Amino acid sequence: MAHAQKIVGRRAGDRVILGAVIFLAFLWVVPVLWVLILSFKANSELMLSTGSAFRLPYTLKNYADILASSGVFRWFFNSVVVASLNTLATLILASLAGYGFARTEFPFKNVIFVLVLLGLAIPEQAVIIARHQMFTDWKMHNTYLALILPGLSNAFGVFLMTQYFRSIPMDIDEAAMLDNASRFKIFWRVLLPLTIPAQATLGIFTFLACWNDYLWPLISATKPEMFTLTVGIASTQTNFAQSEGLGFLMAQAVFAGLPVFIVYLFFQRYIIQAVAGAAIR
Amino acid sequence: MTATAAPATVSRPARTPGAHIGPDWRNGLFIVPFLIVYLGLLIYPLFWGMWISLQQYDMFDQSAIFAGFANFKRLMGDGIFLGTVRNTFLFVLMTVPAFVIIGLALALALNREGRTGATLRAVFFGASVLSVTIVTIIWKMMYLPGIGLISRALGVVGIAPIPFLTSQNMALPAIAATTVWWIIGLPMMLFLAALQQIPGELYEAAALDSAGRWRTLWSITLPSITRTLVVVVIYEIVAQFQLFGQTLLLTQGGPNNSSRSIVLFIYETGFRDWNLGYAAAASEILFLLMAVAAMVQYIASRRREA
Repeated sequence: MAHAQKIVGRRAGDRVILGAVIFLAFLWVVPVLWVLILSFKANSELMLSTGSAFRLPYTLKNYADILASSGVFRWFFNSVVVASLNTLATLILASLAGYGFARTEFPFKNVIFVLVLLGLAIPEQAVIIARHQMFTDWKMHNTYLALILPGLSNAFGVFLMTQYFRSIPMDIDEAAMLDNASRFKIFWRVLLPLTIPAQATLGIFTFLACWNDYLWPLISATKPEMFTLTVGIASTQTNFAQSEGLGFLMAQAVFAGLPVFIVYLFFQRYIIQAVAGAAIR
Repeated sequence: MTATAAPATVSRPARTPGAHIGPDWRNGLFIVPFLIVYLGLLIYPLFWGMWISLQQYDMFDQSAIFAGFANFKRLMGDGIFLGTVRNTFLFVLMTVPAFVIIGLALALALNREGRTGATLRAVFFGASVLSVTIVTIIWKMMYLPGIGLISRALGVVGIAPIPFLTSQNMALPAIAATTVWWIIGLPMMLFLAALQQIPGELYEAAALDSAGRWRTLWSITLPSITRTLVVVVIYEIVAQFQLFGQTLLLTQGGPNNSSRSIVLFIYETGFRDWNLGYAAAASEILFLLMAVAAMVQYIASRRREA
């Protein structure tokens, strides 16, 4: 009897918790909705009071203004180029190295692997001054290459792929070796297709991190036409409160945030799996 | 597995074009592309950065002279820098417990099947995909007195606007709250992944003993996810030590340096004042602090487990 009561009490408790979490989720969404509403208001109205956000009329003018005149498109294009190439290159480098570390033997392998793992402990800030000097010496600032290359030195991908390659049974390679396949062929034809889930995890991670990166693009890309979306949107934030174009600014933020958000909604399940997958490893 | 395979290699004729088990220097070619980038763009600048931190740069022609530990000595007496160290520690102390407690609470509440759980998880994780620039625009529109939603809401209840971003006491907590809103999704997902690894039998046993909610949490759930707890704490300490974009974009480190972080100091010293040696020295100290903080956490967790 007491047991049954406890179960009933637990159910009620579950309800209360769920209610609280739903309320919290509502609070979580409010800031985004607020910006969304503001982006549909005329600048002149917002100048008087942002309270007008809750009243008609709404307008699409801010979005039309973006289409007419804004660096956003160029920055968006830059971000797509940089994040895509960075992700592709990371996948290639990490897969090759992960295979090498996990499934082959060569002199000093374990020592090198430990040295690579130590790299995980080096924060970007510890190298950024010298790195900036290097790209200055090479006259490479304000190029796509300068925005893409530094991210490739991150050892996380190699670590992740090595772990994944290790989890695949060794018999597969051995069977291929009996067929006289070369190492590269084994890697490319036999093993790489088996690592698609890990590629997805690493790819999603890398793309998001690169898309949202701020410090390095901020100091490397100084010409507006080479800004990434993150840096570009930041550059419009000066004189924020005094800005006559509050609605315009909001529309720009929505416009910049929307693509990632749509991708997120579409791939949500995979992204969440990717995070969880990386966690278990 | 390898033991059974070894005879196969022996029986094979030597010098075939195909790959073979066992060491071969050519296998090292797989890691060469990454190694080049790794050494060139991480290890080399790491050591060069250390060298730069020992130089005194001329502000005008950027010529450098060796200065030994002069930059470090100067930093130790630089009130602004020491302030940034204090702010950064405070920020870590504000955010990391929040990430652990709220993240775990959300994970426990949302560790359920069905649409409701999935939707709520998506809501809390959603903000993490936004860039710091958009997050700070959103939160300016919450915080700014007069304009912001919070001051509007307070106005309805008759409370005067609070100058979150321009008050010395409020700026850093406001940035911390923004940060928690932004990336609570990651610790939540890490905890969820850990919770799903706990065998169901443990909970069934607890239910048979009619253990209450708290008792189950303390004696089953928490001990089972210690490893993830440690990972989250170390990861968040390291991540939050690098506070930069939020403070640059929300407060520019103000008011009166009350929200200036170490990384913002490095950025401003290095890339606005072009005082490279001084900035590099500050970055070495940040590196050291992060390493020590993570190490202390790690050792502490090890001891608890043992």
